[in-house]
Amino acid sequence: MRSLHRTPSRDLVRDSSLVWLASGIVGISFGAISVAGGLPVWVPVVMSLVVYAGSAQFSAVGVLLAGGGPLAAAATGLLLNTRTAAFSLAVADILGRGRAARLAGAHLVTDETVAFALAQPDPARRRAAFWVSGIGLFVVWNVGVLAGALAGDTLGDTAAYGLDAAFPAVLVALVLPALREDARIRRCAMAGAALALAVTPAVPAGVPVLLALAGLFLYGRKEAAA
Amino acid sequence: MNSTVVLILALAVGTYAFRLVGPALHGRVELPARVQELSSAGAIVLLVALLATGALTEGGGFAGWARPGGVLVAGALAWRRAPFVVVVLGAATATAALRLAGAG
Repeated sequence: MRSLHRTPSRDLVRDSSLVWLASGIVGISFGAISVAGGLPVWVPVVMSLVVYAGSAQFSAVGVLLAGGGPLAAAATGLLLNTRTAAFSLAVADILGRGRAARLAGAHLVTDETVAFALAQPDPARRRAAFWVSGIGLFVVWNVGVLAGALAGDTLGDTAAYGLDAAFPAVLVALVLPALREDARIRRCAMAGAALALAVTPAVPAGVPVLLALAGLFLYGRKEAAA
Repeated sequence: MNSTVVLILALAVGTYAFRLVGPALHGRVELPARVQELSSAGAIVLLVALLATGALTEGGGFAGWARPGGVLVAGALAWRRAPFVVVVLGAATATAALRLAGAG
Protein backbone atom coordinates (compact mmCIF):
# COMPACT_ATOMS: atom_id res chain seq x y z
CA MET A 1 0.00 0.00 0.00
CA ARG A 2 2.79 2.37 0.93
CA SER A 3 6.54 2.32 0.75
CA LEU A 4 7.06 1.45 4.39
CA HIS A 5 9.92 -0.80 3.39
CA ARG A 6 11.97 2.23 2.45
CA THR A 7 12.14 3.41 6.03
CA PRO A 8 11.82 0.44 8.37
CA SER A 9 9.84 2.61 10.82
CA ARG A 10 10.91 0.25 13.55
CA ASP A 11 10.81 3.03 16.12
CA LEU A 12 7.28 3.90 15.01
CA VAL A 13 6.23 0.33 15.66
CA ARG A 14 8.07 0.27 18.96
CA ASP A 15 6.42 3.46 20.21
CA SER A 16 3.01 2.45 18.84
CA SER A 17 3.18 -0.96 20.43
CA LEU A 18 2.96 0.54 23.88
CA VAL A 19 -0.23 2.36 22.91
CA TRP A 20 -1.50 -0.88 21.36
CA LEU A 21 -0.78 -2.82 24.54
CA ALA A 22 -2.60 -0.30 26.72
CA SER A 23 -5.52 -0.09 24.25
CA GLY A 24 -5.73 -3.86 24.03
CA ILE A 25 -6.16 -4.08 27.79
CA VAL A 26 -8.74 -1.29 27.79
CA GLY A 27 -10.51 -3.12 24.92
CA ILE A 28 -10.58 -6.32 26.97
CA SER A 29 -12.15 -4.45 29.86
CA PHE A 30 -14.71 -2.83 27.52
CA GLY A 31 -15.77 -6.24 26.23
CA ALA A 32 -15.84 -7.70 29.73
CA ILE A 33 -17.82 -4.80 31.25
CA SER A 34 -20.40 -4.88 28.46
CA VAL A 35 -21.02 -8.60 28.76
CA ALA A 36 -20.91 -8.57 32.57
CA GLY A 37 -23.56 -5.81 32.43
CA GLY A 38 -25.89 -8.11 30.53
CA LEU A 39 -25.31 -7.25 26.86
CA PRO A 40 -24.89 -10.07 24.33
CA VAL A 41 -21.36 -10.68 23.06
CA TRP A 42 -22.06 -9.27 19.59
CA VAL A 43 -22.95 -5.79 20.90
CA PRO A 44 -19.48 -4.72 22.13
CA VAL A 45 -17.82 -6.62 19.26
CA VAL A 46 -19.84 -5.07 16.42
CA MET A 47 -19.81 -1.67 18.07
CA SER A 48 -16.01 -1.72 18.27
CA LEU A 49 -15.70 -2.59 14.59
CA VAL A 50 -18.12 -0.01 13.22
CA VAL A 51 -17.92 2.81 15.78
CA TYR A 52 -14.28 2.31 16.81
CA ALA A 53 -14.01 5.05 19.42
CA GLY A 54 -13.10 3.96 22.93
CA SER A 55 -14.52 6.74 25.05
CA ALA A 56 -17.76 6.96 23.05
CA GLN A 57 -18.24 3.20 23.28
CA PHE A 58 -17.75 3.19 27.04
CA SER A 59 -20.21 6.06 27.46
CA ALA A 60 -22.82 4.59 25.13
CA VAL A 61 -22.69 1.22 26.86
CA GLY A 62 -22.63 2.96 30.25
CA VAL A 63 -25.79 4.88 29.43
CA LEU A 64 -27.40 1.73 28.04
CA LEU A 65 -26.58 -0.36 31.11
CA ALA A 66 -27.73 2.44 33.40
CA GLY A 67 -31.13 2.25 31.68
CA GLY A 68 -30.78 5.54 29.84
CA GLY A 69 -32.17 4.14 26.60
CA PRO A 70 -30.60 3.85 23.13
CA LEU A 71 -31.36 7.44 22.13
CA ALA A 72 -29.49 8.93 25.09
CA ALA A 73 -26.70 6.42 24.55
CA ALA A 74 -26.27 7.41 20.90
CA ALA A 75 -26.43 11.14 21.71
CA THR A 76 -23.75 10.80 24.39
CA GLY A 77 -21.46 8.84 22.11
CA LEU A 78 -21.92 11.24 19.21
CA LEU A 79 -21.26 14.25 21.40
CA LEU A 80 -17.98 12.68 22.50
CA ASN A 81 -17.04 12.00 18.90
CA THR A 82 -17.66 15.46 17.47
CA ARG A 83 -14.01 16.20 18.18
CA THR A 84 -13.00 13.64 15.55
CA ALA A 85 -14.25 16.12 12.92
CA ALA A 86 -11.57 18.58 14.03
CA PHE A 87 -8.99 15.79 14.14
CA SER A 88 -9.91 14.63 10.64
CA LEU A 89 -9.27 18.14 9.33
CA ALA A 90 -5.86 18.17 10.99
CA VAL A 91 -4.80 14.87 9.38
CA ALA A 92 -6.58 15.26 6.02
CA ASP A 93 -3.38 15.86 4.07
CA ILE A 94 -1.58 13.02 5.87
CA LEU A 95 -3.91 10.27 4.66
CA GLY A 96 -2.89 10.39 1.02
CA ARG A 97 -4.62 11.23 -2.25
CA GLY A 98 -6.49 8.08 -3.19
CA ARG A 99 -10.17 7.68 -2.46
CA ALA A 100 -9.66 4.33 -0.74
CA ALA A 101 -6.93 5.72 1.51
CA ARG A 102 -9.13 8.62 2.52
CA LEU A 103 -12.23 6.49 3.15
CA ALA A 104 -10.30 3.89 5.15
CA GLY A 105 -8.08 6.44 6.89
CA ALA A 106 -11.09 8.40 8.11
CA HIS A 107 -12.27 5.39 10.11
CA LEU A 108 -8.86 5.17 11.81
CA VAL A 109 -8.95 8.74 13.15
CA THR A 110 -8.60 8.46 16.93
CA ASP A 111 -7.04 10.67 19.61
CA GLU A 112 -3.97 8.48 19.93
CA THR A 113 -3.30 8.01 16.22
CA VAL A 114 -3.75 11.71 15.41
CA ALA A 115 -1.46 12.69 18.28
CA PHE A 116 1.09 10.13 17.17
CA ALA A 117 1.03 11.28 13.54
CA LEU A 118 1.18 15.01 14.31
CA ALA A 119 4.15 14.48 16.61
CA GLN A 120 6.34 13.34 13.69
CA PRO A 121 8.79 15.79 12.12
CA ASP A 122 8.12 15.40 8.38
CA PRO A 123 5.24 14.48 6.02
CA ALA A 124 6.55 11.02 5.09
CA ARG A 125 6.95 10.02 8.70
CA ARG A 126 3.57 11.51 9.57
CA ARG A 127 1.90 9.35 6.99
CA ALA A 128 3.77 6.22 8.07
CA ALA A 129 2.99 6.96 11.72
CA PHE A 130 -0.70 7.45 10.98
CA TRP A 131 -1.06 4.13 9.17
CA VAL A 132 1.21 2.08 11.44
CA SER A 133 -0.43 3.37 14.60
CA GLY A 134 -3.94 3.41 13.12
CA ILE A 135 -4.04 -0.09 11.64
CA GLY A 136 -2.31 -1.62 14.65
CA LEU A 137 -4.66 0.12 17.05
CA PHE A 138 -7.73 -0.99 15.10
CA VAL A 139 -6.63 -4.62 15.13
CA VAL A 140 -5.54 -4.67 18.77
CA TRP A 141 -8.61 -2.83 20.00
CA ASN A 142 -11.04 -5.17 18.26
CA VAL A 143 -9.18 -8.34 19.23
CA GLY A 144 -9.10 -7.06 22.82
CA VAL A 145 -12.83 -6.34 22.87
CA LEU A 146 -13.61 -9.78 21.45
CA ALA A 147 -11.36 -11.48 24.00
CA GLY A 148 -12.89 -9.49 26.85
CA ALA A 149 -16.44 -10.17 25.70
CA LEU A 150 -15.74 -13.91 25.52
CA ALA A 151 -13.86 -14.00 28.81
CA GLY A 152 -16.45 -11.98 30.72
CA ASP A 153 -15.64 -10.45 34.05
CA THR A 154 -12.41 -12.22 34.92
CA LEU A 155 -9.81 -9.48 34.45
CA GLY A 156 -9.97 -7.96 37.91
CA ASP A 157 -9.24 -4.35 38.72
CA THR A 158 -7.19 -2.74 35.94
CA ALA A 159 -6.78 0.41 38.04
CA ALA A 160 -4.21 -1.49 40.11
CA TYR A 161 -1.83 -1.49 37.11
CA GLY A 162 -1.98 2.29 36.79
CA LEU A 163 -3.27 1.83 33.27
CA ASP A 164 -5.59 4.82 33.54
CA ALA A 165 -2.52 7.07 33.73
CA ALA A 166 -1.06 5.60 30.52
CA PHE A 167 -3.39 7.47 28.14
CA PRO A 168 -2.87 10.97 29.51
CA ALA A 169 0.85 10.11 29.64
CA VAL A 170 0.87 9.12 25.96
CA LEU A 171 -0.69 12.47 25.11
CA VAL A 172 1.82 14.32 27.32
CA ALA A 173 4.71 12.69 25.49
CA LEU A 174 3.22 13.48 22.09
CA VAL A 175 2.12 17.10 22.57
CA LEU A 176 4.99 18.37 24.71
CA PRO A 177 7.32 19.08 21.76
CA ALA A 178 4.65 21.22 20.03
CA LEU A 179 3.88 23.06 23.27
CA ARG A 180 7.54 23.62 23.89
CA GLU A 181 8.41 25.21 20.60
CA ASP A 182 5.28 27.24 19.84
CA ALA A 183 4.24 29.88 22.38
CA ARG A 184 1.00 30.61 20.52
CA ILE A 185 -0.17 27.01 20.65
CA ARG A 186 0.93 26.81 24.28
CA ARG A 187 -1.19 29.83 25.15
CA CYS A 188 -4.29 28.44 23.40
CA ALA A 189 -3.82 24.95 24.84
CA MET A 190 -3.38 26.10 28.43
CA ALA A 191 -6.42 28.37 28.29
CA GLY A 192 -8.47 25.65 26.59
CA ALA A 193 -7.48 23.00 29.13
CA ALA A 194 -8.25 25.33 32.04
CA LEU A 195 -11.68 26.04 30.57
CA ALA A 196 -12.34 22.33 29.98
CA LEU A 197 -11.42 21.49 33.58
CA ALA A 198 -13.53 24.32 34.96
CA VAL A 199 -16.71 23.22 33.20
CA THR A 200 -16.24 19.44 33.59
CA PRO A 201 -18.41 19.09 36.74
CA ALA A 202 -21.25 21.08 35.16
CA VAL A 203 -21.67 19.85 31.57
CA PRO A 204 -22.18 16.47 29.83
CA ALA A 205 -19.14 14.37 28.92
CA GLY A 206 -17.61 15.45 25.61
CA VAL A 207 -18.56 19.10 25.96
CA PRO A 208 -15.54 20.25 28.04
CA VAL A 209 -13.04 19.22 25.37
CA LEU A 210 -15.06 20.96 22.64
CA LEU A 211 -15.21 24.16 24.68
CA ALA A 212 -11.43 24.01 24.94
CA LEU A 213 -11.34 25.02 21.27
CA ALA A 214 -12.33 28.51 22.46
CA GLY A 215 -8.66 28.74 23.45
CA LEU A 216 -7.97 29.24 19.73
CA PHE A 217 -9.24 32.82 20.09
CA LEU A 218 -5.88 33.53 21.70
CA TYR A 219 -4.04 32.23 18.64
CA GLY A 220 -3.62 35.70 17.20
CA ARG A 221 -3.38 36.88 13.62
CA LYS A 222 -1.01 36.12 10.76
CA GLU A 223 2.18 36.14 12.86
CA ALA A 224 3.52 33.21 10.89
CA ALA A 225 2.28 33.92 7.40
CA ALA A 226 4.74 31.46 5.86
CA MET B 1 -32.56 -5.85 20.58
CA ASN B 2 -33.68 -3.86 17.56
CA SER B 3 -33.16 -0.56 19.35
CA THR B 4 -29.60 -1.65 20.16
CA VAL B 5 -28.95 -2.19 16.46
CA VAL B 6 -30.31 1.30 15.74
CA LEU B 7 -28.07 2.74 18.49
CA ILE B 8 -24.97 1.10 17.07
CA LEU B 9 -25.81 2.15 13.52
CA ALA B 10 -26.56 5.74 14.49
CA LEU B 11 -23.34 5.97 16.47
CA ALA B 12 -21.33 4.37 13.67
CA VAL B 13 -22.76 6.50 10.85
CA GLY B 14 -22.54 9.72 12.87
CA THR B 15 -18.99 9.05 13.97
CA TYR B 16 -17.86 8.15 10.48
CA ALA B 17 -19.47 11.33 9.15
CA PHE B 18 -17.46 13.38 11.65
CA ARG B 19 -14.31 11.57 10.65
CA LEU B 20 -14.98 12.12 6.99
CA VAL B 21 -15.15 15.91 7.30
CA GLY B 22 -11.43 16.43 6.80
CA PRO B 23 -10.77 13.84 4.04
CA ALA B 24 -13.95 14.88 2.17
CA LEU B 25 -13.00 18.53 2.11
CA HIS B 26 -9.36 17.88 1.34
CA GLY B 27 -8.45 18.37 -2.30
CA ARG B 28 -12.00 19.41 -3.17
CA VAL B 29 -12.18 22.71 -1.37
CA GLU B 30 -8.98 24.70 -1.06
CA LEU B 31 -9.00 25.52 2.61
CA PRO B 32 -7.55 28.93 3.39
CA ALA B 33 -4.08 28.79 4.98
CA ARG B 34 -5.58 30.34 8.08
CA VAL B 35 -8.07 27.47 8.49
CA GLN B 36 -5.36 24.88 7.97
CA GLU B 37 -3.16 26.57 10.54
CA LEU B 38 -6.01 26.76 13.03
CA SER B 39 -7.02 23.15 12.46
CA SER B 40 -3.60 21.84 13.38
CA ALA B 41 -3.40 24.20 16.37
CA GLY B 42 -6.94 23.09 17.26
CA ALA B 43 -5.87 19.44 17.25
CA ILE B 44 -3.16 20.19 19.81
CA VAL B 45 -5.62 22.23 21.90
CA LEU B 46 -8.07 19.29 21.87
CA LEU B 47 -5.35 16.81 22.80
CA VAL B 48 -4.13 18.95 25.70
CA ALA B 49 -7.71 19.36 26.96
CA LEU B 50 -8.19 15.59 26.68
CA LEU B 51 -5.04 14.92 28.64
CA ALA B 52 -5.91 17.48 31.32
CA THR B 53 -9.45 16.19 31.83
CA GLY B 54 -8.26 12.59 31.48
CA ALA B 55 -5.56 13.09 34.09
CA LEU B 56 -7.63 14.96 36.65
CA THR B 57 -11.27 13.97 36.28
CA GLU B 58 -13.39 10.84 36.30
CA GLY B 59 -17.14 10.90 35.74
CA GLY B 60 -17.32 14.68 36.24
CA GLY B 61 -15.42 14.65 39.56
CA PHE B 62 -11.82 14.55 40.77
CA ALA B 63 -10.01 11.38 39.74
CA GLY B 64 -7.96 11.09 42.95
CA TRP B 65 -4.25 11.80 43.38
CA ALA B 66 -2.68 8.64 41.99
CA ARG B 67 -3.49 9.27 38.32
CA PRO B 68 -2.43 12.95 38.13
CA GLY B 69 0.65 11.94 40.14
CA GLY B 70 1.59 9.46 37.45
CA VAL B 71 0.87 11.95 34.66
CA LEU B 72 3.06 14.51 36.42
CA VAL B 73 5.88 11.95 36.40
CA ALA B 74 5.23 11.52 32.67
CA GLY B 75 5.46 15.27 32.19
CA ALA B 76 8.78 15.46 34.01
CA LEU B 77 10.20 12.53 32.03
CA ALA B 78 8.98 13.95 28.71
CA TRP B 79 10.40 17.37 29.58
CA ARG B 80 13.81 15.72 30.07
CA ARG B 81 13.31 14.10 26.65
CA ALA B 82 13.09 10.58 27.99
CA PRO B 83 12.09 7.97 25.37
CA PHE B 84 8.36 7.52 24.76
CA VAL B 85 8.35 4.06 26.32
CA VAL B 86 9.94 5.38 29.51
CA VAL B 87 7.41 8.22 29.75
CA VAL B 88 4.37 5.95 29.44
CA LEU B 89 5.64 3.12 31.62
CA GLY B 90 6.89 5.65 34.17
CA ALA B 91 3.41 7.12 34.48
CA ALA B 92 1.69 3.76 34.88
CA THR B 93 4.28 2.57 37.40
CA ALA B 94 4.06 5.76 39.46
CA THR B 95 0.25 5.60 39.51
CA ALA B 96 0.27 1.92 40.46
CA ALA B 97 2.84 2.64 43.21
CA LEU B 98 0.81 5.58 44.54
CA ARG B 99 -2.29 3.35 44.68
CA LEU B 100 -0.34 0.63 46.43
CA ALA B 101 0.71 3.27 48.96
CA GLY B 102 -2.91 4.16 49.54
CA ALA B 103 -3.46 7.23 47.34
CA GLY B 104 -6.81 7.17 45.51
